[in-house]
Amino acid sequence: MSNIAGLFNYWVVIFLMMAGFFVVISQGNLVKKIIGLSLFQASAFILYISIGHVSGGEVPIYVEGSNLYSNPLPHVLILTAIVVSVSTTAVGLAIIIRIKETYNTVEEDEIQIIDNRKDDEDEPVEEEHPAEQKEDQS
Amino acid sequence: MSVVDHLPILIIIIPLIAAPLCVLFDSAKVSWLLALAACIFSFIGSIKLLNTITASGPISYSLGGWQPPWGIEYRLDLLSIILLLLLTSIASLVVLFARYSVEQEISKNRIVPFYATLLLAIAGLSGICISGDVFNLFVFLEISSIASYTLISLGKDRRALNAAFKYLVMGTIGATFILIGIGFLYMQTGTLNMQDLSERLPSLYDNRTIRAGFAFLTVGICLKLALFPLHLWLPNAYAYAPSVVSAFLAATATKVAVYMLLRFLLTVFDFNFSLNTMPLDVILIALGSVAIVSSSLVAIFQVNLKRLLAYSSIAQLGYISLSIGLASKLGIASAIIHLFNHALMKGALFLALGAMIYKVGGAELKHCQGMLKRMPLTSLAIIIGGLSLIGIPGTAGFISKWYMINASLEAGLWPLALLILFGSLLAIIYVWKMVEAITLQPSTSTATAPLTRDEAPLTMLVPIWALVIANIYYGINTELTVSLAQRAANILVGGY
Repeated sequence: MSNIAGLFNYWVVIFLMMAGFFVVISQGNLVKKIIGLSLFQASAFILYISIGHVSGGEVPIYVEGSNLYSNPLPHVLILTAIVVSVSTTAVGLAIIIRIKETYNTVEEDEIQIIDNRKDDEDEPVEEEHPAEQKEDQS
Repeated sequence: MSVVDHLPILIIIIPLIAAPLCVLFDSAKVSWLLALAACIFSFIGSIKLLNTITASGPISYSLGGWQPPWGIEYRLDLLSIILLLLLTSIASLVVLFARYSVEQEISKNRIVPFYATLLLAIAGLSGICISGDVFNLFVFLEISSIASYTLISLGKDRRALNAAFKYLVMGTIGATFILIGIGFLYMQTGTLNMQDLSERLPSLYDNRTIRAGFAFLTVGICLKLALFPLHLWLPNAYAYAPSVVSAFLAATATKVAVYMLLRFLLTVFDFNFSLNTMPLDVILIALGSVAIVSSSLVAIFQVNLKRLLAYSSIAQLGYISLSIGLASKLGIASAIIHLFNHALMKGALFLALGAMIYKVGGAELKHCQGMLKRMPLTSLAIIIGGLSLIGIPGTAGFISKWYMINASLEAGLWPLALLILFGSLLAIIYVWKMVEAITLQPSTSTATAPLTRDEAPLTMLVPIWALVIANIYYGINTELTVSLAQRAANILVGGY
């Protein structure tokens, strides 16, 4: 029993990971997919942060008379991974904005329908740049 | 220390610095020159490093002067330098090609960011090859991945956006799997240095955490590698990306993923654990075989030639993973040879299609009509590239298929040798489709092309033909590729 409670962090990791993964797979809305993806990545962060804990250890700052301290390295590593995650989310959202501009929807199935319709017409699908056209006019 | 001692880091730093410089200068021409200069510098640097490594063994470079197990180590052995050489040479040729192609395919205000992102992708991929630290490898992986999502989304066709988004979702899941795997290894060993890990891991091979980490790493890398059931992001990403990007990614990105797989399976873990204790050899052979047959069959029915080549890429990655799965020295060596040769042929083919899109306006079968008269040199390049893809003697493709068949016979698995031959037969069908359209079908009146000779500009022809000639050269003179690959495989497999 103490074992299950003692692994509390890891249960959270597994729950978050599966929840995020499920959202990515099941949701058709692209923004929700990105949310799921962030959740999925967040679970890995908690995993790393949990590894760094040393039972009975103190804050990893040099203090007179203390020898046992938590491992600071995983925390530093995960800072980098958080930066990576933020930039992935940013790029994902940027792509969603352009999808919204060209298709006028962020639902996966609707995009599919629009693309299929274009396929039938047998015309190369050229992307329109509404934003740029405005720039040219002004 | 002289400049040469710092080459391992300079090869990454120069493209990394050139990227923001491009944005600062904000001129398409200057960015192109900067990108070209950075790539050529990296290429010359890697040739120098190759000479050092073949003469005096692996190079270890401690970043910032911190000694290896504590600081980040950059480590270059034969396998890394083969990949680095491939990457930098293809990058130089692709950037040389890019000038006109990009002007036409990417809207004006995005050309400068395009070069900057391409440089970031190059820096990230070279970082993966050089790094000797698993977490550092993850960071470089993400640099290159995020750059490639952006590059794909720049495609003219609007479906490129959707393709880029799909790749982003699947790529991020793969990268997070790798991150979790690295976390598991660190949990048990307390180290991130590859050499250090390979010393500490053998005593822990029965540990369940290590095995879970191994599984996470393999699945994550296979997602990046587009191994059969995890390949869904690849066809659309290659088909709708700008042609320069398709050529660059097809020739390098998946190859670097194969490098990561070899590095983790054989350096961080060891040969015996990865391919004998764990049932990975059977899995790789099974998935590789399915990839070869199914993707080749799908490729036959494609009308868009870029999509056709993308499916053929998945099949070729199937060959590579099958050879790794054979779990022998010869198998690993043939995987490395095919990795190199496949990059040459796919680079040549995608670039030739890029030249075709530049002049004719599309890369579908109907655009090919009358190509031979209109663009004879480009057409010839597509034909030779296609022959190499099939594996006709005298081309690079033949050499790798030959070694693969040898490796499967050596392992006593003759059905696999037959399967490789069957895959080549399927390749004949889809290559013939391209060749037939180019050579035999006359230009119809509906086609946009008038029947005058209208060849692509020289900066496009030079890279295409450099790769085509490399295809023939490495098909006749196999000394460099085969001996290097065999030496690299010997080092990787070690005493087994």
